[in-house]
Amino acid sequence: MPTSIDRGRVQQLVGEGAQLVEVLPRAEYEDEHLPDAVSIPLKELDRESSRHLEPARPVIVYCYDYQ
Amino acid sequence: MSPRAAARLESIGFEQVYDYVAGKADWGSAGLPLEGANGSETRAGAHVRADVPTCRLDDRLHVVCEQLDESGWDTCFVVDKRRVVLGRIGRRAIRGREDVTAEEAMTPGPSTIRPSARLREAVERMHRQNLTNLPVTTSDGRLAGLLTLHDAEEALRHIGA
Repeated sequence: MPTSIDRGRVQQLVGEGAQLVEVLPRAEYEDEHLPDAVSIPLKELDRESSRHLEPARPVIVYCYDYQ
Repeated sequence: MSPRAAARLESIGFEQVYDYVAGKADWGSAGLPLEGANGSETRAGAHVRADVPTCRLDDRLHVVCEQLDESGWDTCFVVDKRRVVLGRIGRRAIRGREDVTAEEAMTPGPSTIRPSARLREAVERMHRQNLTNLPVTTSDGRLAGLLTLHDAEEALRHIGA
């Protein structure tokens, strides 16, 4: 089960090499996103689109807020 | 949305999946950088004057005023030890220079905006409310700095927003 984390843990994990994935529509990603995040919109999230993510490294997903 | 994305990634086979549920709204409101077409440069947090004077509740007003005289500022924020904003000492209190504490002289609970507030909207608000500046605080109430109308308009001109 995925683990919910807060901002401080995000910073810690990113410092340790975690991958950030924004799952909002691409236009919203292009408007603003966390540094070094990649865009994989939820509607496009499948085995193919996640292929470039490294399974051995933690993955942090986020959207805008608690929606 | 992110819980579903996290679950989907796990179903694909990823074993270390985390969900930053508060998302980029939380990130930006904490004053952390954002990239993109409307990234940090277009937000209030990137243009604040972080050296705006601060004091503590029990500081004497006349001492605060002396420090302001030296620095050239005409306002001061009353903060706690974590830099959380408790009040603001404005021009009227500074002119009066009564023998009181900062707590007695301050206007409590000043309106603030987040570092992630869009510059354009901050400028419009200052014009609408006839303000020359707006304090900027992070989502946990800490003072990031003071956004002046002059700085915000200059920044908008510079970035062409």
